[in-house]
Amino acid sequence: MNARLALIIPSVALLSAVPAFADARSDARAQVEFGINVAQRGLWREAIYRWERAVELDPTYAAAFNDLAIAYEHEGMLDKARKAYDKAIELDPNNPQVRQNYDLFKEINDRSGSKEK
Amino acid sequence: MIGPGRRKSSFALPVVSAAVSACVAVFTLACGTSYFEIPIETPIQPKLDVSAFQRVLVAGFVAGGTEDVDANQETVRLLRSQLRTKSALKVIDADILPLVDVAQEQSGGAPAPAAEEARPAAPAAADHAAAPAAGGNTANSLAKNIKDEKDLEPYERLFANVAYWKRIGEEFQNPLIVTGTVLFTGRSTSGFVQRDQETFDQYGRRRVIPTRTYMERKGFVLRPKFVFIDGRTGTTMYSEAYREEVLYNAQQQTPALSSYFELMDRLVPSFLSALSSQKIRGTRVLLK
Repeated sequence: MNARLALIIPSVALLSAVPAFADARSDARAQVEFGINVAQRGLWREAIYRWERAVELDPTYAAAFNDLAIAYEHEGMLDKARKAYDKAIELDPNNPQVRQNYDLFKEINDRSGSKEK
Repeated sequence: MIGPGRRKSSFALPVVSAAVSACVAVFTLACGTSYFEIPIETPIQPKLDVSAFQRVLVAGFVAGGTEDVDANQETVRLLRSQLRTKSALKVIDADILPLVDVAQEQSGGAPAPAAEEARPAAPAAADHAAAPAAGGNTANSLAKNIKDEKDLEPYERLFANVAYWKRIGEEFQNPLIVTGTVLFTGRSTSGFVQRDQETFDQYGRRRVIPTRTYMERKGFVLRPKFVFIDGRTGTTMYSEAYREEVLYNAQQQTPALSSYFELMDRLVPSFLSALSSQKIRGTRVLLK
């Protein structure tokens, strides 16, 4: 009986938590996907708006911070880009793609002498 | 004993598998690995405010190192051509200053014949007294044949000679003046080098295996320092030093001049970013 309870309670808790978590994440994910779509068409300002919404909806979404950093970089907002990359790395320190993006960004940022738009 | 045990596991299995499935679903949702490469162009603001200048004079460089390349001539030519196409400033076509001779002259040494003929010889002589560190015996410390950084160091005082540069500025109607030092030297080295070796397995899949091999290599090192001087006042606005190196297999015969251009190619964007806004092209990875 105790063993059953030990299995049931965490499972129910996990399953009931999934929709709430998934809602925030799926809304944020929808924003991220839309942002990617418009960024691929060169609409970077719109992409920034979408990715800013995504990180508001889910402040633990590393990919959204990564994408936002790229968009800031593209718009020459290097200080904001650095902060967004820092956040993405803090949330997902072992993601090689985020690291690679950040390394490339740092190379440019160092060259620019930290002049801000 | 076995019966209840079986019953227990037949109950637990669907619950556990449901929980595992949910975990996997959550994990997949959270860690989706979709990614998209996207080209970007990062605008870089210039390090210097050059809005007060309409024209730029790439005056010349104190150059040294290998004799296979005239680093003064080549650097001036390359920077002028880059500035013509990639900056809004009008590039002044003027004789290249033999700055080694000018510095020698300023520091009290016997002027070289080339310096006497060159246009800046007169201002250089006139500003002799203004050279901050110009002294009676400093001429000896200025090596005529510059081989390394130590030889180059005493020439730095030339760029602090405000009166000299102001005179050059007046001569060319107060442009932005670009000058500096360039050291282009040969380099040989030997040791273990890590290289990626490409292999294909029986299914034709490509694999890259890092392997370490002992190699003797030779190449060149380029150490330029760009100094930006305000032609109206003769003062240094900004300076920046770089170091780039290229090494080849010892058997490979690469002309010094092509190595020089290969190395300068890497530095030119940094040089230009001091003067004009640049767009740096690159690729990033967007993540879902």
